[in-house]
Amino acid sequence: MHAVVLLKQILDWELPPRKFRIDQETKRPPDGLAPALLGPFEQNALELAIQLKETGVVERVTALLAGPPGAADALRKALAVRCDDAVHIVVEAPDLHDPSQTAELLLAAIRRLEPPELVLAGRQAGDWDHGQVGHLVAERLRWPVLGLVWQVERIDGRLLAWRSGVYGSEQFAVRLPAVMTVTSHSSLRLRMGNVMDLMAANRKPITTWTPEELGLGPEELAAAGRLELADVWVPEVERHCELIEAEDPAEAVAALLDRLEELKLLKRPA
Amino acid sequence: MIIAATWESGGLGQAGREVLGAAVRLGAALGDDVAFAALGMAAVDAAAEAGGCGAARAFALEGDYAASGAEGAIASLAELARELEARAVLLAADEQGGEIGPRLAERLSGTAVTHATSVEVADGRLLWTRPVFGGKAFAAVTAHVEPVVATLRRGAFSSAEAMGGAAAVETRQVPVTDGAVELIGSEEPQSGVALEDAAVIVAGGGGLGSGEAFAELEELAGLLGGAVGASLVAVDSGWAAPERQVGLTGKVVSPDLYFAIGISGASQHLAGIGGAKAVVAVNTDPDAPIFNTAKLGVVMDWKKFVPVLIEELRRAAP
Ligand SMILES: Cc1cc2nc3c(=O)[nH]c(=O)nc-3n(C[C@H](O)[C@H](O)[C@H](O)COP(=O)(O)OP(=O)(O)OC[C@H]3O[C@@H](n4cnc5c(N)ncnc54)[C@H](O)[C@@H]3O)c2cc1C
Repeated sequence: MHAVVLLKQILDWELPPRKFRIDQETKRPPDGLAPALLGPFEQNALELAIQLKETGVVERVTALLAGPPGAADALRKALAVRCDDAVHIVVEAPDLHDPSQTAELLLAAIRRLEPPELVLAGRQAGDWDHGQVGHLVAERLRWPVLGLVWQVERIDGRLLAWRSGVYGSEQFAVRLPAVMTVTSHSSLRLRMGNVMDLMAANRKPITTWTPEELGLGPEELAAAGRLELADVWVPEVERHCELIEAEDPAEAVAALLDRLEELKLLKRPA
Repeated sequence: MIIAATWESGGLGQAGREVLGAAVRLGAALGDDVAFAALGMAAVDAAAEAGGCGAARAFALEGDYAASGAEGAIASLAELARELEARAVLLAADEQGGEIGPRLAERLSGTAVTHATSVEVADGRLLWTRPVFGGKAFAAVTAHVEPVVATLRRGAFSSAEAMGGAAAVETRQVPVTDGAVELIGSEEPQSGVALEDAAVIVAGGGGLGSGEAFAELEELAGLLGGAVGASLVAVDSGWAAPERQVGLTGKVVSPDLYFAIGISGASQHLAGIGGAKAVVAVNTDPDAPIFNTAKLGVVMDWKKFVPVLIEELRRAAP
């Protein structure tokens, strides 16, 4: 079975709010504000894909990414953890905001690959935070989809998947071909490639396609658009934190409990 | 028509009231009626109650919609939206809403707007606001297509009020799906206070360093009559269960008191605690961003602080 894992690089998501800015011209963070990294849920999806290769559920994994030229770094990372192939749809700035357009690009590429039976995506990319692309790809392929998955096994022709539900974990059997979106789990922390694999990854070719080559020039992409980004702004949040000044824990605990009581946030039993 | 839909297990709950409240106000702004659709076990009760809170029509979509993942819910809501020619369908932005929203929108040739925090009508168009970049910024978006299927962030929209009046509950059956996705098993809902309803939450993060440390937080939460929450890093490390996660991709909570222990205060975590009345941060790093959000802060190793706090509360307990 061939699996495709959809990747995306995003601005370092732990950049503190007070350092975050938006360029009003582009409605995006200014270039160079922080490094671009492979998003956390994309890391989980990649790790799951590699684990499925190790357990023999899939034979081949292709990493597919749409993004600017620099995002090829993420594909090198994918090759270093032993993805078999890497495909880069080179999208020049500004990045796409509309998940419908992103899904259209990824679909056009998926249709050119050896037909996959499984497509894995992160549950939500931490830039626009839509959480839609995996679901849209599935709908447009008319494949079943299960979201928030963190473990997958094969059972008699179907996949058995564990997902995070509203109340706790749920188990589903899913018919193939299928799409799954992946959530974080302690078993899905992305491994580090070893030095040999990293070196080998640098020598492996990355297939690159432009949107035009996929039949999605500016006009076609615009036609696939459904959501318009009208405005982006950074909210003002200035709050004053009252620090409990105390030398030792007992003093700090007493001072905190006093303040909580004064603020009527906690009642100590008499 | 504007449709508000929920899948709560115990009748019309907080999530349903918020979604309905948003629909009623949007309907009033657009001159549209509101239909309320409830899925699942307590659908009839929820729908009946919604009829008294501003819904002109109330539907109970009966059947085991969860057995097919989201497929049954999507199929029945799509049918209803077509029949009612809905301009917008509003859902809660929880684990289920995230599954339904984008696919329902696609089947209706519309678009989803996820994690919406407000909506207004400007020049006859709907302008939706939603957090982006993990809550470090907000975006206003409009759709080129109708309908919009919006998932609404918990706590962002005020609840529907009882207005008297009633709508006769119309019952529909959730269609049987092709079985492509089939529920095999699920964990029983945990007993105890749900995070969303807890008045006190004791949450731990990467600074805790182990699963055993969470046992101490359990004890502290118990003494305060609260529930335990966690950051993504703590869940990722296997120290806390995923349903304990608070934040953008976890639960959105609104306790009176939120203890953030060994949590840095990344925007994605803060996205879940905007509704907390007061945050108390315990962190060794005085520059941790959590201190920009906290009302009260203690710069200290939790290993020194928490045991003393537990002991003090135990002593004070009757
Ligand atoms: C799309 C997306 C969605 C996300 N969703 C969420 C979400 O829903 N919830 C969430 O929490 N995160 C989420 N994140 C992740 C988020 O960006 C942060 O990575 C995460 O919140 C960090 O968790 P943390 O603060 O517990 O861990 P760390 O960053 O590891 O911080 C640990 C903190 O503990 C302090 N510390 C260390 N030792 C001690 C000690 N002994 N005593 C006291 N303090 C100590 C440190 O000073 C530090 O501030 C998301 C990210 C993305 C990209």
